[in-house]
Amino acid sequence: MTFLPFAIAAWLFAVGLYGIVTSRHLIHLVICLSVVQSSTYVLLLAIGYRTGAGAPIFAETPVGAPVVDPVVQALTLTDSVVAATVTALLLALAVQVHKKAGTFDPDELDILQG
Amino acid sequence: MSFTSRRNLFFAGVLGFAALFLWGLRGLPDFGRYEGVYGLTLNKVGVAQTHATNLVAAVAFDYRGFDTLGEEFILFAAVVGVAILLRAHRDEAATDDAKEKEDEGRSVPHTSDAVRVLGLGLIGPTVLLGLYVVVHGHLTPGGGFSGGVVLATAALLVYLAGEYVALRRVSPESLTELAESAGAGSYAVIGVFGLLAGQAFLTNVLPLGTTGHLNSSGTILLINLAVGVEVAGGFSFILAEFLEQTLLVRERV
Repeated sequence: MTFLPFAIAAWLFAVGLYGIVTSRHLIHLVICLSVVQSSTYVLLLAIGYRTGAGAPIFAETPVGAPVVDPVVQALTLTDSVVAATVTALLLALAVQVHKKAGTFDPDELDILQG
Repeated sequence: MSFTSRRNLFFAGVLGFAALFLWGLRGLPDFGRYEGVYGLTLNKVGVAQTHATNLVAAVAFDYRGFDTLGEEFILFAAVVGVAILLRAHRDEAATDDAKEKEDEGRSVPHTSDAVRVLGLGLIGPTVLLGLYVVVHGHLTPGGGFSGGVVLATAALLVYLAGEYVALRRVSPESLTELAESAGAGSYAVIGVFGLLAGQAFLTNVLPLGTTGHLNSSGTILLINLAVGVEVAGGFSFILAEFLEQTLLVRERV
């Protein structure tokens, strides 16, 4: 049994989460979150993969030829673009935090400010 | 919480995750042996039902069209959020001088001639590629999401090859805002077509055309275009907002 793709997904998730937990810089934290997100793409695509199958595009492939699962591909496609904008939103938040608190270190943000 | 205790908590959590993950893996088919009924059925009937040869687009904009509508509004909300956050910042920057000193000493990087020439040459092909990818989304790989991002890249090239003023001229704020919201709105409006025809929301009720032709697959083509407009507008908008921030810093130097 090949489990390498699943292991990579788990590894990306764990590494990204470790980065978030121990982060000392908000920008670093946002990028770590992107790493965690990309683990879900690897997992989804790995689940839908069929050995020797082509892409689910029938422009040239005849219907009935073995192709991979289109559902997980569609999920990954929409999510990767949405994730990019969410990353932009988080980076904008980081800019605001730096403006208000003068630091990017989440540990120094322990005082609640109104 | 201290650094060490946080890390220890992480390791405890990751052990739990590993246990659950391995347990979950045992229920999955082996890699490469996927036998999901939903996907396999779509692979057989999808092209005949939707007349779209790109099944990924058919799934995203027809079979799971409602789900993608939700994703689209996440995108919309995120872009609006960026605008709200960075605009508040811009206003306060005009009055607040206290933090200005931090930015002193940053220098503006000089754009080399090579970057300018290459950027200028790439703008045209990038716009063309973006339009191609958006318009052919129902036939070949691509579609509104990926094509929209390619189109927004052209705006970045304008900035790299020219100046911020040039970027503002080719993608004025009002236009990118309009594109973003009109794209998001027309997705929902296309969904109403189904209701008007007496069927469910987002039902593909338009004529499907000939499979493989540009003008085919009914609402999938229209939704692709709407998403392309929204993503291109949204990404150019985010880009311009962040560049405006950089410029604020530069002006003060």
